[in-house]
Amino acid sequence: MIEAKNVCKSFGKLKVLNDVSFKSSAGQCIALIGPNGCGKTTFIKSILGMVVSDSGSIYILGKDIAGGWEYRDVIGYMPQVGRYPENMKIGQVIEMLTDIRQSETTTDDDLINAFGLKQLYNKRMGTLSGGTMQKVSASIAFLFQPQILILDEPTAGLDPVASEVLKEKVLAEKEKGKLILITSHILSELDELVSHILYMQDGSILLYKTLSDIKEETGETKLSRAIAHFMTNKK
Amino acid sequence: MKKIIPISLFFLFCHYLASGSGLRVGKQQMLKTITEGLFRAKDKDTIWVEKGIYNEQNLTINKQVVLIGIGRPVLDGEHKFQNVSVKADNVTIYGFEIRNSGISSIVDFAGIKIYDSHHVTIVNNILVDCFFGIYLQNCTNCIIRNNTMTAHQLQEQQSGNGVHCWKGDSIQVIGNKISGHRDGIYFEFVTNSIIWRNISVKNIRYGLHFMFSNSDTYAANIFENNGAGVSVMFSNKVKMFHNYFIENWGDGSYGILLKEISDSYIDGNYFERNTSGIFMEGVSRVKMCNNNFKENGWGLKIQSSCMDIALTNNNFLGNTFDVGTSGSLVLNTFDNNYWDKYEGYDLDKNKIGDVPYRPVSMFSMVVEKNPPAMMLFRSLITTLLDRSERVIPSLTPESLKDNYPLMKPIKL
Amino acid sequence: MTKIVKYILLDILKNKIVLGYTLFLFAITFSVFSLEDNTQKGMLSLLNLILFIVPLVCIIFSTIYIYNSSEFIELLVSQPIKRKSIWLSIFVGLASALSLAFTVGAGIPVLIYEPSATGMTMMLMGLLISIIFVAIAMLAAVSTRDKAKGIGFSILLWIYFSLLFDGLVLFLLFQFADYPLEKAMIVISGLNPIDLGRILILLKMDVSALMGYTGAVFKSFYGTEMGLIISIFVMFLWAAIPLLFSLKKFNRKDL
Repeated sequence: MIEAKNVCKSFGKLKVLNDVSFKSSAGQCIALIGPNGCGKTTFIKSILGMVVSDSGSIYILGKDIAGGWEYRDVIGYMPQVGRYPENMKIGQVIEMLTDIRQSETTTDDDLINAFGLKQLYNKRMGTLSGGTMQKVSASIAFLFQPQILILDEPTAGLDPVASEVLKEKVLAEKEKGKLILITSHILSELDELVSHILYMQDGSILLYKTLSDIKEETGETKLSRAIAHFMTNKK
Repeated sequence: MKKIIPISLFFLFCHYLASGSGLRVGKQQMLKTITEGLFRAKDKDTIWVEKGIYNEQNLTINKQVVLIGIGRPVLDGEHKFQNVSVKADNVTIYGFEIRNSGISSIVDFAGIKIYDSHHVTIVNNILVDCFFGIYLQNCTNCIIRNNTMTAHQLQEQQSGNGVHCWKGDSIQVIGNKISGHRDGIYFEFVTNSIIWRNISVKNIRYGLHFMFSNSDTYAANIFENNGAGVSVMFSNKVKMFHNYFIENWGDGSYGILLKEISDSYIDGNYFERNTSGIFMEGVSRVKMCNNNFKENGWGLKIQSSCMDIALTNNNFLGNTFDVGTSGSLVLNTFDNNYWDKYEGYDLDKNKIGDVPYRPVSMFSMVVEKNPPAMMLFRSLITTLLDRSERVIPSLTPESLKDNYPLMKPIKL
Repeated sequence: MTKIVKYILLDILKNKIVLGYTLFLFAITFSVFSLEDNTQKGMLSLLNLILFIVPLVCIIFSTIYIYNSSEFIELLVSQPIKRKSIWLSIFVGLASALSLAFTVGAGIPVLIYEPSATGMTMMLMGLLISIIFVAIAMLAAVSTRDKAKGIGFSILLWIYFSLLFDGLVLFLLFQFADYPLEKAMIVISGLNPIDLGRILILLKMDVSALMGYTGAVFKSFYGTEMGLIISIFVMFLWAAIPLLFSLKKFNRKDL
């Protein structure tokens, strides 16, 4: 569903994405991991079209995204740090997005209900705590039942209960055959969710394999161990 | 009382001897036309003309008669003739309507033209659509009073002057209303004369056009909305008192244009809403007092060819530019006037500002040197330049200033 | 797109600064008309206001607004919406909000005191200048990521248009004083929307008589129907060109 071909991007002299190519299909749940500043977020943003890549191309559902915007209809995006108009209320943001997108499918209010956001609808975005903001972001990402979900550090700042709720939701969506792309630093929580691992470093993909393959190769049962093993071997 | 009656009778008798007899002209009378009447009249006769339209085809008056219209008879020139030619002294024309004179580029047709005569009096006539209105050629001691002259031509060539005096002395032009002519009143080589209480509006060129005419006075006239205002040139000993120069607005239009004038007085006049209130060039020895310059583009434009002009006790109110000048040489004084743009102070409370006022703005100097700079008229930069110039004068002439500016306007 | 415009417009109108701007214009215009003894003078004061305050408020407010709504822009960009519609919506929202503020603030007093052709020209120029400076602000804001730099840049642009440009013109005029520059001035006046607006208003106020030969040349050009159409077209270009450039930049911008 997502395919990247030789994507390059640099901010000034700094090369953030260096010839990134990768392909994924429906039903996969991919963990995008790597050290800080390795280009994960930039890569995600280029998929979303928020960052325009210097060269190479990205295809979503087989279509080049360059200059397009309709493709974003099939993507639900949860940013690392949600930034919303400060003087809008939660309810207004959700209402506005629903209004602007006007999707034919019914909205998926599961997360809104699970997080109990309806009670907070009158709170202004500027006054929200980081966790609540994340809840809003998550709810919005799932709201329009997208085929592709991109979650940037979804559990950072969420309390354990909310984390669990979100994980349940991700699993449920994965069962429905959706493509899910997650970045996270907490490898332990990815164990139960992901089917593939995409490891990036310095703007390049070092590793893209299924979770079971990795575990097999390294002989480890835990993801964190397996990755650590992998890394030490590399060096 | 008893003595008075015989004395009065005596005077009446004298009067009878002195004056001629009366003749009556009218459609119901024996004398059907004024020409016939004139033929029958003697000097000092009075001809009474009854109501009606008379096509006299250039009525020529060559006897010393008094012509009185009853019920405003009409002398029609049929757009071909000069209506009346006066070629005798002591003629009076009273109470006629004179209309439709001929228009020509060769002959100066007029409603009434007076040739080489003295003591001619033209009173209370209405002149409509005449080429020239009343034309005095080499005349003295004539009175032109309370006449109304209206013309409707649009082009200068198609129109003559309202009152036109060429060469003369002791002429009185009083209380006339003139509009739509080329020049309202035109004086050339006329001396010792007075122009008083006339209203000259909406003429094509000048409200008053005045050349080579010395020792004349014009007072209490209204010159409003004329094509180019008023022009007074090449004359000396001219007195201009209490006239109104209003709304002479347009390119090259002035309240009054003074050129080569000397030894004159300009006192108590009002200059309102003119492009330039006064434009003077080559003017010397002129006293200007008690004038009001209000809401003109330029209150006063004074070229550096002017000298010995004393400007005192005048009000400058709401003019875009108070004074404009062309060069740095200033031989005139500007003291003791009121300038509404003055921002100085009066610490000693003597009603005179303690710092001099410079009525010439930097921008007006810039424009004088470089006319296209007018593009920046009323822009921020010109305002700033003017401000800085007030503090440190550099471009404006150092000596052009009012050393004793008044704090309050003069009551006029 | 109309929906986004609606949300932006609602957001701006809720902003107290726009309300303050409206009240400020209203108070100033009213006092200008009621303090001066004739409306002609009031119009002249109003002219300075329009050419000075309106561009300043429009450019600074718009720049700050764009920086402050970066979150909103980011949120919208991740949605299935064309970048072009987002950017144009912001422009339309800002331009119509500020135009509305101007129309209400200055328009009502003008309608009451001076409902003449001059008054209408002044309103039209005020509106055009509002729109133009919103467009210029958008270009300034999209050019740099740093908010302080962006605001500084827009203030510089304002100083350029309201002061420096005229200074340059004055300098050039004196450099080329020996040449007849009246006709060239027509072209040059088109290079600055504030100058163009000022000249058009002044000509309508019939101060052209004061402006001598230059005024006559201006009048012979701007006074004709063709000249008026051309000058209004130039004003539109002044809004369209910065807007198009900013749009081009925004389309390539990384958020």
